[in-house]
Amino acid sequence: MSAFIVKFKNIKWKRYTNYIGISLVLLVFTVLTLADSLPQSTLFLLEKIGISIILSISLGLVVGFLGELSLGHAGFMCIGAYIGGKTAELLSDVGVEGIFALLISVVVGALTAAVFGFIVGLPALRLKGDYLAIVTLAFCEIVKTAFENSSKESFGGPMGLRTPRFDKHYLFIIIFSFILVCLAVMQNLIRSKHGRAITAIRDNEIAARATGINVTKYKLLAFIISAAFAGVAGVMYSFANSTVAASAFDYNYSIEILVMVVLGGMGNITGGIISATVITFLNVKLTTMLTGDNAVLKDLVYALILVLIVIYNNAPALKYVRERYNIRALTDKIFKKRSDVSYDTDDEGKWDRVPTKIKMDELLSVDVVVRESVIDPDKEGKE
Amino acid sequence: MCEYVLKTEGLGISFGGLRAVDGVELRVRKKQIYGLIGPNGAGKTTVFNMLTGVYQPTRGTFYLDGEELKGLSQDKINQKGIARTFQNIRLFNNMTVVRNVMVGFHNLPKYKCSFIDSIFRTKRHRDTERAMRARAKEILSIFGLLDERNLLAYNLPYGKQRKLEIARALATNPKLLLLDEPAAGMNPQETSELMETIRFVRDKFDMTILLIEHDMSLVAGICDELTVLNFGQTLACGETSEVLKDPEVVKAYLGD
Ligand SMILES: Nc1ncnc2c1ncn2[C@@H]1O[C@H](COP(=O)(O)OP(=O)(O)OP(=O)(O)O)[C@@H](O)[C@H]1O
Ligand SMILES: [Mg+2]
Repeated sequence: MSAFIVKFKNIKWKRYTNYIGISLVLLVFTVLTLADSLPQSTLFLLEKIGISIILSISLGLVVGFLGELSLGHAGFMCIGAYIGGKTAELLSDVGVEGIFALLISVVVGALTAAVFGFIVGLPALRLKGDYLAIVTLAFCEIVKTAFENSSKESFGGPMGLRTPRFDKHYLFIIIFSFILVCLAVMQNLIRSKHGRAITAIRDNEIAARATGINVTKYKLLAFIISAAFAGVAGVMYSFANSTVAASAFDYNYSIEILVMVVLGGMGNITGGIISATVITFLNVKLTTMLTGDNAVLKDLVYALILVLIVIYNNAPALKYVRERYNIRALTDKIFKKRSDVSYDTDDEGKWDRVPTKIKMDELLSVDVVVRESVIDPDKEGKE
Repeated sequence: MCEYVLKTEGLGISFGGLRAVDGVELRVRKKQIYGLIGPNGAGKTTVFNMLTGVYQPTRGTFYLDGEELKGLSQDKINQKGIARTFQNIRLFNNMTVVRNVMVGFHNLPKYKCSFIDSIFRTKRHRDTERAMRARAKEILSIFGLLDERNLLAYNLPYGKQRKLEIARALATNPKLLLLDEPAAGMNPQETSELMETIRFVRDKFDMTILLIEHDMSLVAGICDELTVLNFGQTLACGETSEVLKDPEVVKAYLGD
């Protein structure tokens, strides 16, 4: 028994912060739905937030850990949504429905998106910074246009693809379960030699090559995994909505996902989850609150809040407040103080945090992203 | 066994019309500390870049332990056994010191662990991770960096960053270590400490070392043999003491 307690105390709880947080949310809301006390709008909000979290974690791999700027994440999601939705439709034609159909659709949607992740990853091997940003942006537009111009029988054309409904009460449970899967894959990857290789490429590609890292392989790997999970998010989207319309997946959406990653802090998974939640919540609430003539105010308020968040995150005057009140300090307090076993800190799987390289004004206008070099390309070919 | 660890034959490269390096013949024996010196812009770093696959030589070739490595990619060359440091330090700045070294273990067969193993955190994953960390700590303690292992690399003082770069290169278990101006920016005391470290590395790891250096006291102190480059061509080569007396070499260094 006492051995068990020692073991329990030795668990590095901080590692599991993300799992614990997501599981708690899942548990609370599952109980609430079972008690039938959740209105439809809350379920809708939960689904949206869940999808955003998957997107934020998956893009975080490419932007935060690999250090490449991708502006086409909505494109992978679009592929997942259409392919997953179509698969579900075909399955329901042959009488397969419910959770089983959903799982098959997820696999098909994720694999298709992964294939496109590979294809987009190929130029990523040669292009850097803004050039890659343009290619991914173009990719997203191409995917969108292709689906918009599909025939009515195949993908529904401009009217969008009608997707089979899934029991709305339980969809968010499935989405949150996929967040846990996504988290497990990302965190285990980042805390392994393969994750170290990816962060090494981000920090210094030339040195990574000289240290024996196969840069080609790991860039492609990061793009493929990231695209696959965006595909999962897309399939979830198609189940959460009765139609999938390509116009939703424009570059604004890609940029919104990027904002989630950047606001959360590059290479910070927990931060990405929190900012995805906050941004999606804001977006949905503002859309429902500001209707009619006031709808034009939505973007204004939204932008204003983002600016305030950025100021809070960066203003030197607020340094003290930031250091005192943040999630990290909170988890430290809860988990560290309670265990009397001292930590071997290097064993914490400390994530490497990059100072935010992408600046806010570059995010708010695509023109700027295209003009300025966002991630400093290692210009010197020679020493 | 082959007589020379590193052998280059007529190694050269042109950038446009400029013959940056031409006809360089290096013969480096096992456990030697071999110096590559020359005035600024002589082409020393360019030689390193060719030996590590950053540049493809346009003329000539080179062999490591008798095996021709010309044309291989950078990571393949590293796997074959050439590791290097850089003239301007290149660390993985946002990673901790210990993880910088662990990146060096990436290709060692001993620490083989597939992507799938890592995703599912199998026993193999946990065992190799633990073994890598333990080995990394050993290497760090050799370089006196153990206490700083949890710092981010860019928080290290300059001298220690240089040491960490050498530690990371050694972690890849090379046959030949290339050091590009390891003493640059160091004070005399740090330089003499570095000399000790380099000698120690040679003895402890049975390492063969090729180094570029401007600091003549360091070169005279630890190099067994030298090659002097000037305008991309070999000006002199041979025993350190003799080469440093060569009037041509003195002239190239001091100007006419
Ligand atoms: N990628 C390149 N393109 C064009 N010229 C280059 C390139 N790399 C090197 N050179 C030229 O090759 C010559 C040798 O450069 P290198 O950097 O090898 O000199 P070095 O001997 O290392 O000098 P230093 O002591 O200053 O480090 C220089 O004239 C340099 O301009
Ligand atoms: Mg040089």
